[in-house]
Amino acid sequence: MATKHSRAASRLMISPAVLLLLGWMIVPLSMTIYFSFLNYNLLMPGAHNFIGFDNYKYFLTDPAFTTALINTLVLVGGVLLITTVGGTLLALLLDQPIWGQGIVRVLVIAPFFVMPTVSALVWKNMFMNPVNGLFGWIATSLGLPPFDFLAHAPLFSVIMIVAWQWLPFSTLILLTALQSLDSEQMEAAEMDGAGAISRFVYITVPHLARATTVVILIQTIFLLSVFAEILVTTNGGPGTASTNLTYLVYAQSLLQFDVGGGSAGGIIAVILANIVAIFLMRMIGKNLDA
Amino acid sequence: MARRVSTRRRVIVTAIAWAVAFLIFFPILWTFLTSFKTEGEAVATPPHFLFFNWTLENYIEVNERSDYFLHFMNSVVISVGSTVLGLIIAIPAAWSMAFVPGKRTKDVLMWMLSTKMLPPVGVLIPIFLLFKNTGLMDTRTGLVIILTLIDLPIIVWMLYTYFKEIPGEILEAARMDGAGLREEVIHILTPMAIPGIASTLLLNVILAWNEAFWTLNLTAANAAPLTAFIASYSSPEGLFYAKLSAASMMAIAPILILGWFSQKQLVRGLTFGAVK
Repeated sequence: MATKHSRAASRLMISPAVLLLLGWMIVPLSMTIYFSFLNYNLLMPGAHNFIGFDNYKYFLTDPAFTTALINTLVLVGGVLLITTVGGTLLALLLDQPIWGQGIVRVLVIAPFFVMPTVSALVWKNMFMNPVNGLFGWIATSLGLPPFDFLAHAPLFSVIMIVAWQWLPFSTLILLTALQSLDSEQMEAAEMDGAGAISRFVYITVPHLARATTVVILIQTIFLLSVFAEILVTTNGGPGTASTNLTYLVYAQSLLQFDVGGGSAGGIIAVILANIVAIFLMRMIGKNLDA
Repeated sequence: MARRVSTRRRVIVTAIAWAVAFLIFFPILWTFLTSFKTEGEAVATPPHFLFFNWTLENYIEVNERSDYFLHFMNSVVISVGSTVLGLIIAIPAAWSMAFVPGKRTKDVLMWMLSTKMLPPVGVLIPIFLLFKNTGLMDTRTGLVIILTLIDLPIIVWMLYTYFKEIPGEILEAARMDGAGLREEVIHILTPMAIPGIASTLLLNVILAWNEAFWTLNLTAANAAPLTAFIASYSSPEGLFYAKLSAASMMAIAPILILGWFSQKQLVRGLTFGAVK
């Protein structure tokens, strides 16, 4: 009797959260699907007639889409590579006995708390600007011509900025995982004559597998939607050289006021994100059960 | 047992670690230094690192020339408001999932996590049009609503992992001693739950403070929080390095300080309890 009572109460306690999230998922998403089949541009008032899959055809055959898709993959992949490899190395470094470990940690973790617009603008102006930036000054004092990062390597520059923001995250998580490593196991292996490399390969790496999976999963969710860094540095350009899928849909929707086309792009982004999500959830599910 | 290492090795490792940490932190340090320079010194070649005329001019000017305080308050209201609202909705849900788990609790939790994977551009247009037509555009209320919905899954997950750690036996013991439901909640559960709720609050304020998709797309002059205000410095006519630096420092300093206190919770919270 008590259980029946408490079960009803618990349903009542969960329902606001569930209903809100359900509404958040269903209402706007079905509106996006609906708009994606309409010939609907905010600049052209009048009838929004049904045009079937034309918006999708238009969006998918636009050369900008292919570029944006590749850019998205390169951006996500590049940042993941830098942050997981760099994060592992940094975590191993910070796990050593050093003086002032607390302060070092605080310094390393700091970029994660810097808002995207600030970090993007600081990098863009004070470092990457060929005339007034520090990189330009370093190049000139070495006798090299200054390099205009955002004009000639826009995607690479965005990757560097985003990687700088996310490196602390992977480092912190991998460091937390390293610190939970059983030191007796390590000592036992050492006594049995295992060298530093084989200890790393056979004990540390398997131990970090789960944390690495988590790092990849969570970063991917956020990295697929990188937006502010592109908006304030390159505006997706030059041309579409640094446009990712998120930025392309934004440009189609809010710069060209193409509700139909932007919606089709949004749905395509949702589908692609879901493919990644299913893949990742399966991977993390396997790792979490183990 | 602490690993024994030679002093020499420790010196070398310490030096490397400090050098790397300095490099990673340098952009923030450089912004900090530039914020105290005059505009002329900010772009001087070769750059002045420490020996320049330190001035507070930029901080004063940013505050006087723009509505800095308004944007700062927008950030505070939006991040704290959405977090508190999220907590009010999430606490009962996480509570009952942790203490009265049903058959579907795991599924509900996974489903909530999956809503986090919905890319914001998938719902950009409907939200934009809804905001335009209902007058929510460029209002604090509108952003509080959106950020509450976005943060809700993380808030529920974080609270759930904290509540899960409160031992259920303690409740039974209290019940045996004759405590009623009211006493149970007030004297036993609440004190044990407060640290978890506090860390959730802290982490979410940080995330909401730095959120830069919806805040950029749904605000203009009135409700723009600091993320959007700083973005206005990207236009060429607004390109003053020293003032940009001063505005940036004021925008990141509070969260940097909060963040340093929340390192542990950050790992837990953002990995949904998978790494502790």
